Amino acid sequence: MQLKSIIGATILAATTVAIALPLTAQAPDFKNEITARQSVMRLYVFNIGQLAAMAKGELDYDATRAAAAADNLAKLATLDQSLMWPQGSDNFSVENTRAMPELWDNMGDAQSKQTALIAATGTLAEVAGDGLDALRANLGPVGQACSACHKVYREPK
Amino acid sequence: MARKALTALVLLLPVVAVAGVFLSRPRLDPPDILAGLAGDADRGQLVFDAGGCAACHAAPKAEGAARLVLSGGREFASPFGTFVAPNISPDRQAGIGAWAPIDLWNALHNGTSPERRHYYPAFPYTSYVNATPQDVVDLFAYLKTLPADPTPSQPHAVGFPFNIRAGLGAWKALFFRPGWVVNLPPEAPEQLARGRYLAEALGHCSECHTPRNLLGARDKSRWLAGAPIPGARGSVPNITPARLDWSEADLVEYFTSGFTPEYDSAGGAMVEVIENLARLPRTDRAALAAYLKAVPPVE
Repeated sequence: MQLKSIIGATILAATTVAIALPLTAQAPDFKNEITARQSVMRLYVFNIGQLAAMAKGELDYDATRAAAAADNLAKLATLDQSLMWPQGSDNFSVENTRAMPELWDNMGDAQSKQTALIAATGTLAEVAGDGLDALRANLGPVGQACSACHKVYREPK
Repeated sequence: MARKALTALVLLLPVVAVAGVFLSRPRLDPPDILAGLAGDADRGQLVFDAGGCAACHAAPKAEGAARLVLSGGREFASPFGTFVAPNISPDRQAGIGAWAPIDLWNALHNGTSPERRHYYPAFPYTSYVNATPQDVVDLFAYLKTLPADPTPSQPHAVGFPFNIRAGLGAWKALFFRPGWVVNLPPEAPEQLARGRYLAEALGHCSECHTPRNLLGARDKSRWLAGAPIPGARGSVPNITPARLDWSEADLVEYFTSGFTPEYDSAGGAMVEVIENLARLPRTDRAALAAYLKAVPPVE
């Protein structure tokens, strides 16, 4: 009787371990990758912040500052982010991201949207030092290029 | 006596039924409502952008110049089924090429098709009802200039009982009213009135930002206080002053470039709205911002 229950408990424990093992060997959480790509976004935010504050009139227009921020944006847009977006790092698979699986289903489209961002930030970098009107006129297209991706590939809050 | 009453009731019932059907019949206004008005396509383009027509009626995922081909086909999930935007390009068979200005007026103002059928309020005539006759004829003139496309409109996938269009007559009787939601004092500046017109009539902000009751009508006591997104995760934010503390300059920048005060960029359905708003004069974006600051706060 006692032996039987020991055997029973052993089988139960073994089964539990067998079931639990694959669960503990979980899918990766891609924490580093997600932190990295969100850090890139923070860099965009900082530099756009400089320019938008001037466009809004909260900050006096300064050609040197505007040119520096716009130049950073153009550099950021060309940054190779391919290692930061591994398959399975979407908002249905892991925590702390709003990137939707559709992004990975439409990589070609996402890349063409990045090409559009490179073009828009490139134009902005060329003219941001030329005056407030030039800055205002070319900041909108950058925003639209950002939003083109956020419209379809980022989950609304 | 009881028998007499019963007889009266039996005789009366069809009368009530007929009266009900008659009263909930799709309403059509006669063409003289637009008498003497000439359409201006250039001004109509502004009405088109402010009204966001392309956001629903362009083909799904159309970008750039393709957004002006209003072949329809975009699907809209709702608790009542899936609505499919129809072709409103100038094609004579598939679209509205055979329409007169009064037909567009009746669609926008009465939610009624030229064949005298009720439209579903997925088409936001509940907002467009407040559009001016001049804006309607201008919009008509502009729509005529767009490319025709022969793609046939697809039927809505709406289940019983919502597939009975006569029921929409009762829905309209209950919920469909012209008029403004936010009251402005007579001494309110012209800019606020313009902002209200853009927000409540053409821009139809409330169609997404105001919660709906069980029958899909907007709860005007919670005007612009936020709502769930039908058929998707996430929610449409509360944009009353109770929750939206952006300055008017912040709002204008958001309507222009899509950048929030935290310099995040707009996402989701709002992106298309901003694409349209960015084409309006800056004064119109400022008017919208002024209106949003004047909306009653709702927690």
